[in-house]
Amino acid sequence: MSIDGSNAALQEEPAMCFDRATLAYGDRVVWSELSMTVPQGEFLAVLGPNGSGKTSLLRALLGLAPLAGGTLDVLGAPPRRGNPAIGYVPQHAGFDRDVPLRGRDLVGLGLDGHRWGFGRLSKADRLRVEEALDDVEARPYADAPIGRLSGGEQQRLRIAQALVGNPQLLLCDEPLASLDMRYQQEITELIGSWSRRRRGTVVFVTHDVNPVLNFASRVVFVVNGRWAAGKTDEVLTTETMSGLYEAPVEVLRVRGRIVVVGEASGAGFDLDEPHHFPAPAGAHGGAHAGSHS
Amino acid sequence: MIEQLAHLLGYSFVQNMLIAGVLVAVVAGLTSRFVVARGMSFAVHALAEVGFTGSVGFLLLGLSPVFGLLTGSMVTALVIGSLGLRIRERDSVVGLVMAFGLGLGVLFLSLYSRYATEAIALLFGAITSVSSGDLVLLTVVAVITTVGLGVMYRPLTFATVDPIVAEARGVPVRLISILFLMLLAAAVAEAVQVVGVLLILTLLITPGATAERLTAQPGQATAWSVVIALLATEGGIVLALVTAAPVSFFVTTIAFICYVAARVGAPAVERLRGLRG
Repeated sequence: MSIDGSNAALQEEPAMCFDRATLAYGDRVVWSELSMTVPQGEFLAVLGPNGSGKTSLLRALLGLAPLAGGTLDVLGAPPRRGNPAIGYVPQHAGFDRDVPLRGRDLVGLGLDGHRWGFGRLSKADRLRVEEALDDVEARPYADAPIGRLSGGEQQRLRIAQALVGNPQLLLCDEPLASLDMRYQQEITELIGSWSRRRRGTVVFVTHDVNPVLNFASRVVFVVNGRWAAGKTDEVLTTETMSGLYEAPVEVLRVRGRIVVVGEASGAGFDLDEPHHFPAPAGAHGGAHAGSHS
Repeated sequence: MIEQLAHLLGYSFVQNMLIAGVLVAVVAGLTSRFVVARGMSFAVHALAEVGFTGSVGFLLLGLSPVFGLLTGSMVTALVIGSLGLRIRERDSVVGLVMAFGLGLGVLFLSLYSRYATEAIALLFGAITSVSSGDLVLLTVVAVITTVGLGVMYRPLTFATVDPIVAEARGVPVRLISILFLMLLAAAVAEAVQVVGVLLILTLLITPGATAERLTAQPGQATAWSVVIALLATEGGIVLALVTAAPVSFFVTTIAFICYVAARVGAPAVERLRGLRG
């Protein structure tokens, strides 16, 4: 399977290619000189403390945040607004109880909401909406007011909305936040299995990597403008993580998981949210870490 | 009573009123849906009040107060749109623009001492005095607003219910906000003709708020909103003709009754359905 994967990767454009990319809002540099290439079909977990620029990375891919330096290619072309090959799943925010909108309408907007005019979905489009609803098993509550649904049901509809246009790249911004454990698993499963089934690329922003352990093939870890990117087990080592935090950080292997532990003082990272990672499958070294002051 | 009404319908000023009512109600009903969904009640108020300043200013210059109203609310929409579109700052921007605009209005009123009745009519509605010329202007504004809303209906809906995903999907959310404010300004200028500046909220909020209670389907909600606006406006005009009480009173009362009925009635219907199912 790895041979097939690499052959395919040679033939097609990578899903994304950052080359010495720097993102800044005014004088504040969010991250700098980021270089990483992600082939199609990969599941990239974007990790790091709050405010480290994880969401900005998605905004750059969406063409909403222009780079201050370097280049970025998305599916072989510079990022542009409204790229139909990109689906987007936001953080669960909850709809107002009385908003006149059904799950079916939300999914439909994913298909034609950006088009001008009054518009009615064509028959083919309505069929697409039904399929997308079926894919996330949301048909039973597709006609209920969306504000009355549970967080997990709303996020399922969000995924249908993102996938209804048949994207090649799915960007997820903390889609699991404020969901309980069971829903977290279900949502991750839906996204991960879509990626495997369709060889779709996933960029998954999360502060807690636990739920995506089974799917994440790559990781980019962003801290204070610095970053490390590579295979999951290459990045999450004591060496790389200590360099990233510029402080002694230990990556522990506990019961098949990796726990990152650091000194509370000066390391500038949040010990309230320890990051857990899967045990490496024997590989080591080779992570590309960038540092810039 | 019916005879009396039939007799009144023969007069051209009554026909003008009813036609103006339809125009205003369609515009208000369509717009109201988005005013409610976007939480822009306060902006409506500001557009109307500064529109009042505009019309008094135009009266001072000897120009048409209706054009003055339109100008006042358009300028306000542009100022609000360029100063603050984020929810956090929008409220205060709307408030301070409205305060400044009304301050100007006070000055204009003190300078304009001739026909105070004109100003009062603007505050409380003056549909009884709609001329054929006004009707042409009302029609033009109604067509522009309706076509404008039709053109941006889908992206406006998307940006309203789901702004983050809409932006990610390439909807020009900022542009939509400004365009909607402009259309809203036109709708406000239109609706002021019936209910006046002070009662504008009754036509630009109540129909949309009532419609939200009646259906979860966005298209149906828009249709309900128009129906309720029509019912309140035309019903109000007819009752006013028959009783000689002010139109505005009946319009606001019918709208309010619709809202209360929907508020109380919709959950009851839901419960009944629940019992059956």
